[in-house]
Amino acid sequence: MILTLHDYWSARGCLILQPYDMRMGAGTFHTATTLRALGPDPWNAAFVQPSRRPTDGRYGENPNRLQHYYQYQVILKPSPPDLQELYLGSLAAIGIDFATHDIRFVEDDWESPTLGAWGLGWEVWCDGMEVSQFTYFQQMGGFDCKPVAGELTYGLERLAMYIQNVDNVYELKFNDADGNSPQFSYGDVFHENEVEMSTWNFEVADTDALFDLFRKAEAECRNCLDHGLPIPAYEQAIEASHVFNLLNARGVISVAERQAYIGRVRDLAKGSCQAWMEKNGWAA
Amino acid sequence: MTDFLLELRSEEIPARMQEKAREDLARLFAAELDKAGIKAAETVTYATPRRLALIARGLPEQTEAVREETKGPRVGAPPQALDGFLRKTGLSQDQLVERDGVYFAVVEKPGRATADVIADAIPAIVRAFPWPKSMRWGEASLSTESPRWVRPLQGIVALLGGSVVDCEVAGVRSGAATVGHRFHHPDPVTIGGADDYAVKLRAAHVIVDGAERRAIIGEGARNLAADAGLALIEDEGLLFENAGLTEWPVPLLGRFDPDFLDVPPEVIQLTARVNQKYFVCRDAGGKLANAFVCVANISAKDGGAKIVEGNRKVLAARLSDARFFYETDLKVPLEQQAEKLKNIVFHEKLGTVADKVERVAKLARWLVEQGIVGSDLPLPLAGEGRGEGAAGKPEAQTSPVPDSPSPNPLPQAGEGYLLADLAERAARLCKADLVTGMVGEFPELQGLMGGYYAAAQGEHPAVAEAIRDHYKPVGQGDEVPTAPVTVAVSLADKLDTIAAFFAIDEKPTGSKDPFALRRAVLGCIRITLENTVRTCLLRTLDVLWVPVAETINTAEERRRDALADYAIAGGSMMVAFGKADAVVIRRGAYSSDAHDSRSYDLLNFFADRLKVQQREAGVRHDLIDAVFALGGEDDLVRLLARVKALQAFIGTEDGANLLTGYRRAANILKKEGHDSPLPAARGDYTPEPAEDALIHALAVAEPMAAASVAAEDFAGAMAALAALREPIDSFFETVTVNDPDPAKRAARLALLARMRDAVHKVADFSRIEG
Repeated sequence: MILTLHDYWSARGCLILQPYDMRMGAGTFHTATTLRALGPDPWNAAFVQPSRRPTDGRYGENPNRLQHYYQYQVILKPSPPDLQELYLGSLAAIGIDFATHDIRFVEDDWESPTLGAWGLGWEVWCDGMEVSQFTYFQQMGGFDCKPVAGELTYGLERLAMYIQNVDNVYELKFNDADGNSPQFSYGDVFHENEVEMSTWNFEVADTDALFDLFRKAEAECRNCLDHGLPIPAYEQAIEASHVFNLLNARGVISVAERQAYIGRVRDLAKGSCQAWMEKNGWAA
Repeated sequence: MTDFLLELRSEEIPARMQEKAREDLARLFAAELDKAGIKAAETVTYATPRRLALIARGLPEQTEAVREETKGPRVGAPPQALDGFLRKTGLSQDQLVERDGVYFAVVEKPGRATADVIADAIPAIVRAFPWPKSMRWGEASLSTESPRWVRPLQGIVALLGGSVVDCEVAGVRSGAATVGHRFHHPDPVTIGGADDYAVKLRAAHVIVDGAERRAIIGEGARNLAADAGLALIEDEGLLFENAGLTEWPVPLLGRFDPDFLDVPPEVIQLTARVNQKYFVCRDAGGKLANAFVCVANISAKDGGAKIVEGNRKVLAARLSDARFFYETDLKVPLEQQAEKLKNIVFHEKLGTVADKVERVAKLARWLVEQGIVGSDLPLPLAGEGRGEGAAGKPEAQTSPVPDSPSPNPLPQAGEGYLLADLAERAARLCKADLVTGMVGEFPELQGLMGGYYAAAQGEHPAVAEAIRDHYKPVGQGDEVPTAPVTVAVSLADKLDTIAAFFAIDEKPTGSKDPFALRRAVLGCIRITLENTVRTCLLRTLDVLWVPVAETINTAEERRRDALADYAIAGGSMMVAFGKADAVVIRRGAYSSDAHDSRSYDLLNFFADRLKVQQREAGVRHDLIDAVFALGGEDDLVRLLARVKALQAFIGTEDGANLLTGYRRAANILKKEGHDSPLPAARGDYTPEPAEDALIHALAVAEPMAAASVAAEDFAGAMAALAALREPIDSFFETVTVNDPDPAKRAARLALLARMRDAVHKVADFSRIEG
C-alpha cells in the first residue's frame, strides 16, 4: 500500500521522503510539512511518518485506537486546483471501489495550537470511517501561508483494515505468508508495544524527569535560536510538544496549566518558524 | 421578463453552513439588483454539499433609464465652489444646466442590460459573502488579498434566459456547464437555463433541493426502522446534517453488537449521533435497539452491503471506546473523582470547582434546614403565613450557613435530617463527573453520567437523581426538577453561580452573557414557581455573599502566591497588598443589619427575567413592576399570585375606574409636591357627604386589605380596594380639593394621600401603564 502511494504521488511530481527520526504527534510536525509550508517556493512531497499520541493508547484493547501508528502524508504547495480528484485517484489506486464504498468529505477545520497553525478542510470518511485528513493550510507558526499548501494525511492502519476487510487493527496481515515464511499480523508486530507503551504513558513515566525534559528542550530551543539555527530549534519544539503530550497523558497538567504549556510550545514553534522565514529572507 | 440561474460550485461546503448560505445568497443578490433598481418576482435558492444555487424569476431584460440631477452652486458663486462641483461631478462647465440661477449637473443613465448588472453582481456577491470561516487557495494565494470562499471555488453557472452571463471570479470563468454527482456522474452537465437546472442535475444523481433530500432521508429511515420492527428516534438536526452531506442520499439500516447495550443508552445515542451522524431506533418495548441508520451518498452496486458493514465496524469501535470510558469511570468512586475538582478552575477569580461544590453543598443543606425546600413540597400558597417576605428573619439560626457539615443538626423531624443529608451529599458529588473520561469525551453528558455512576456505587436514588438532573432546566422546553433533593441542589447550584459572578461584577450586558446567568436565573424562577418553593430570595442570597467572598479572597491569594513564585523582586509586596485587599472584602460582606445591597441588585435582575418569562404567559410586565416596586417582596410565588390578582382586578370595571381615581389623586398630590404620606389633617369643619363617605370607606378598606395581604389572599385585597371606587368617584364629582380655606384644602389633600397610600399597600399603581 505504501509502495502504491509512493508510485502514485511520485508520478505526480512529489518527492518521496523518509520519516523524521523523532517522536511526534503527526506527520504535520515533519519539517517537510511545517517549515516547507512557509515561503513562496513550490514544494511537493510525500512520506510516511510514525505518529505517537500517548492519550490515544488503549492497552491494545481497542480495535482501532493506537498510541503509535503510521501516517502517510502528502504536501502540495501551492494547492493544485484538482487536489480532490488527485486524492480520490490515490484511493482508487490502493483499491477502494467507489461503486460500493461511500466516500464523504466531512467538515473538519484543522488547528494545531502547539504549532500556531490552522487550515480548513475535511476529514474524509469511507463508510463512516475517517481515513484521511484533507487540509488547506492557512497559517503556520503564526504566519499566513503564501501560497496555501494542501496537506493530505492518510491513516494507514485504517485504510489497510478496509482493504483487507478486517474488524480489528491487530488482525491486519503484515505479510503474505507463502509456504516458507510464517504469517505475521499487525498484532504480532505491535500488540505488546501498545500494551507496554500505554502502561508507560499513563502510569509509569517519571513525571519529574518529563518536566525536566520539557524545560531543557525549551532552553535548548532558545539556545539554537540565539545561534540562528531554526532547524535544530524546531527539533526542540517537536521534543517539547511530545513531552507535553506525555505529561498530559500522565494527568499531571491541570486544566489551568494546560493552556500555559500549549502556549509555551507554540512560542517555540513560532520562534523557529520566524527564524526560518528570516533566514530565507521571506517577509511575513 | 426573463429568468436567471446562478450556481456557485465548490469543494464540499460544511453541512452546518448551507442553510444560512442560501439566505445570504438571496439577500446579497437582491441587494445587488436593488442598486440597479430591479427586482425579481420570485427567488429560490438551493444548497448541496457542492453547490450553492439561486434561481430568480421575472427579471426585466433592462434596467430603467435613470436621470439624476444634482444641485450645484448658484450662478455667480465664487469660482472655488464651481470648481469643486465640477470635480465632484466630473463634468465641464458647459455640460451644466442652468435653471433659476442655479447650476445643475444632469446625468442621464441609460437603461443597462440586466446581464451586465448581474455580471458585476456575481463577483461582488462572492467578495461580500459572509461565510463563518473562509479560506484562500491555489496559486492566487501567494497574496493574502486573493479571493476567499468557504472552500475552493470550482465552477460558476450563470444563465440569464438561455445565455451565459460572462464573468470571472477567483480565476473561475462562468459558463453553462456544471458537473453531476461526484461518483455517479462526474462528467459535465450542460444546463439550458433556470427551468432545466434541477431536472438535469437529478438525471445526474444530484437532488438540489435540501428539503427534498431531508424528506428522502426521513421517510427512508422511518421505513427501514419499521421494516425491522423498530421505531426511528426522530432527530431534526441529524436530518439537516445528513442532507447537507449528500447530493444523493440513501439511508441504510445496520445492526451493532447487542452487548454494547450495557452502556447507557444516552451514551450510545450520542456516540452514534455526534461522531457518526447516525440515527438510532427503539424496539417495541421503547428501549434502545441495537440498530442504526446511516445515510450514504451513493446507490451502491451491492445495495449498500459493504457500506453498512463498514459503518457497523466504525460504530463498534466508537462504542468500544465509550465502554472503555464507562468501565474505567465505574472503577473510581465519585468522592475520589470529586477530589480532582480542586485542580479544575471554575473561574480565575472564583477559585476551583471544588470551592464551588463546597458552597453549593452548604447552601443545599441550608435550603432544606430552613424549610425553604422540603419534603412537603409544594407548600400551600395561602393560609400558612410562613415568614413575611423580606421581613422574615432566620428563625432560630444564629450563623446563616453552618461552617462544617453540621455536626449537630437542628432538632427537626427525622425526615428533615435525612433530606438535608441527602441534599448535601448530592451536592458534594454533583460535579464529580466533570473529571470522568466519559464526560471528558462528551461534555453534554454532564450530570447524566454522574447520575449513572452514583446509582452504580449505591447512592440513595434521590441523590443519583439529583446529580443527574441538577443542571435542569436547561432550555425553554426542558423539564423542571420536582424531587426535593434535586430542587435543593439545582437551586443552590444556580443561585451560587449567579451570586458568584455578580460578586466579581461579571453581570450580563446587552447580548453578552458569557456565563449564562440569565439562563440560571430563569432556571431558578421556573423551579421556584413550578414547585411553589417559597424562597425568601433576599435572605437566601444574603447567606451566599460571605462564602463567595471567602472564595474570591482565597483565589486571589493563590493567584498572587503563584505570581510571587515568578516575581523575584516586589513579589512579597504584592502578596501583602493582596491580603489587605482581602480583609476589606470580607468586612463588607459581614455587615448584616438589613439585606445586603447586592442581594437587592440581584433581586432586580430576577425581576427583569421574571418579566420576560411571564410575558409569554400573558402577565403584564408593568404589573410585575407595580408589585416589585413595593420593595422587599422576594418570594416569587407570592409575588406572582399578587400580580395575577392585580391583573384580574385591573381588567374589571371597578379596577379600571379605581385606577383612574388613583391617578387623579396622585397627580394632584404630585403637583402639590406631596410624594410621601401626609400626616392626617382634620380641619375644623363638617366634611361634605362624599368626603365623609371616603373617610369611612378607607377606614374599612385599609385593615381589610392589610389582613388579606397578610393572609396572601390577594383577590380579597383587590376586593377591599374595589370598595373604594364608588366613594372616590363621588368625592371627585362633588368635593373641591383646592378649597380657598387652607384647612379644608390640607385635610382633603391628606385624605387623598391616605387613599393613595392605601392602594400602595397592595401595589404601586403608579407603575401601571396604559
